[in-house]
Amino acid sequence: MNVLAIDTSTYVMGVAVLRDGQVAGEMVTHVKKNHSIRLMPAIRMVMEEADMKPEELDRIAVAEGPGSYTGVRIGVTTGKTMAWALGIPVVGVSSLEALAANGRYFDGLISPFIDARRGQVFTGLYRSRGGEVERVDEDRLILHEEWVTYVREKEEPVLFLSPDLLKHKELVGADAAINPADHLGRPSAIAFAGMKKEPGEAVHLFAPNYLRMAEAESKWLEAQKERE
Amino acid sequence: MGDDGMKINEELMILGIETSCDETSASVVRGGREILSNVVSSQIESHKRFGGVVPEIASRHHVEQVTYIIEQALREAEVTMDDVDAVAVTEGPGLVGALLVGVNAAKALAFAKGKPLIGVHHIAGHIYANHLVEELTFPLLSLVVSGGHTELVLMDEHGKYEILGETRDDAVGEAYDKVARTIGLPYPGGPHMDRLAHEGEASIELPRAWLEADSFDFSFSGLKSSVITTLHNAKQRGEEIPEETIAASFQASVIDVLVTKTMRAVEKHGVERLVLAGGVAANKGLRARISEVCEERGLKMTIPPLALCTDNAAMIAAAGSVMYEKGQFADDRLNAQPGLELER
Repeated sequence: MNVLAIDTSTYVMGVAVLRDGQVAGEMVTHVKKNHSIRLMPAIRMVMEEADMKPEELDRIAVAEGPGSYTGVRIGVTTGKTMAWALGIPVVGVSSLEALAANGRYFDGLISPFIDARRGQVFTGLYRSRGGEVERVDEDRLILHEEWVTYVREKEEPVLFLSPDLLKHKELVGADAAINPADHLGRPSAIAFAGMKKEPGEAVHLFAPNYLRMAEAESKWLEAQKERE
Repeated sequence: MGDDGMKINEELMILGIETSCDETSASVVRGGREILSNVVSSQIESHKRFGGVVPEIASRHHVEQVTYIIEQALREAEVTMDDVDAVAVTEGPGLVGALLVGVNAAKALAFAKGKPLIGVHHIAGHIYANHLVEELTFPLLSLVVSGGHTELVLMDEHGKYEILGETRDDAVGEAYDKVARTIGLPYPGGPHMDRLAHEGEASIELPRAWLEADSFDFSFSGLKSSVITTLHNAKQRGEEIPEETIAASFQASVIDVLVTKTMRAVEKHGVERLVLAGGVAANKGLRARISEVCEERGLKMTIPPLALCTDNAAMIAAAGSVMYEKGQFADDRLNAQPGLELER
């Protein structure tokens, strides 16, 4: 299967191309630069270097969130529009699941997280089985302190992975992966996870998984409740 | 006479995409002037409860709708992407998150199908809505009036814009919405104000901001404050001013300033055509007054039909067609530019 994978859910930008299920090209940057400007040139470059023409693609896999709303939308819009134009399926992969894949040889619990401001994180719990990670606990938005306490209560070895590790180092301490590279999700992991997924819904219905309501909406709902 | 000699190929097929605010729209235009389809999905019902457009919610709607709207536009035009010569998209100005969806969809489409990409200025689009109605002739003056813009734009040829004047504070549509909110009308207030204005008498003398004698700039914040003060003072005296009277007096002041300044610019620059552009061009009072004055002076005039006054992708495709013929293409790095300038 030929797959294009896209991740713009955090400051990490990733593009990967699989040919016949093998990694033909992969590019990762971790800089505070504009995804909207850089994503399309990156896709063109990786595709060209991998000698992959758009019409040869069988599927597009996109990090569907959680993460930066705008970032996720750039990846999802690009992925779904390409898929629609080419008449191929698009599949969403959790950006946390893709990050958890970096702990695929860790014996214990894997907790990837992305900073969500005000002491909160987008996070979830995964475990490795035979070199592949599976989800143990749903992705969620939670106060980081509360989450770390919850995970430690399980009394199992745990590995924390995060592109925002520096901001959260105190809480996770020695349980964070040592190699800095392991804190950046790889787009090839999105491609492999996306390859195994059943492309369920129509391309038109593919949308980000924000894991959080827009602020105006949650405030509005609150106001409605107070009125009742 | 007035024609700059640029010809748009009659068979040129442009797909336009517009997502700068709260409308997701796609359109196919042939030969720069013929609308084959113009699909507009408005989010207004979703934003009403917040009393205005919420940018994050607008962006969320755009990403959910964008490919569906594009497909619909191609289907209604009875063409496929293979028939399309280029993809034109609004690159700015507008809400950045909203613009980003259209820009990235257009880039993805252009890359996947190997089509040229064109970045269009939203206001250029509004002006070119007129080209879909009647062939533009030059020199022309455009009065651009919307929720975000109030500008007088001079054009000597296709695709070239000179801003003679613009608002120094509130855009005219913004002033309408704010006054509407003050007298308790639901969002969006402009159309309600227009309707009420026709039912009332402009019996309250409200100020007109003429600014410096030779200036083509506008200012509407003083007018808005004056309405608030007038209402407040009346209340203090235990009087009540009917909302129709407020609406009519406000509208009279706005139209007086817009029309007077426009006509002064027409004279100074010797233009031969006046075109109206932008959402507020749907205002019945303004349309009537401008038509009247142009008729008196024998000045050629175009006002787009209501559906082409508000945001739509046909106008983007029309402006994009001119850019196609001029060879003004964008590359993969095209980005959303919320503060994009018209004079480039």
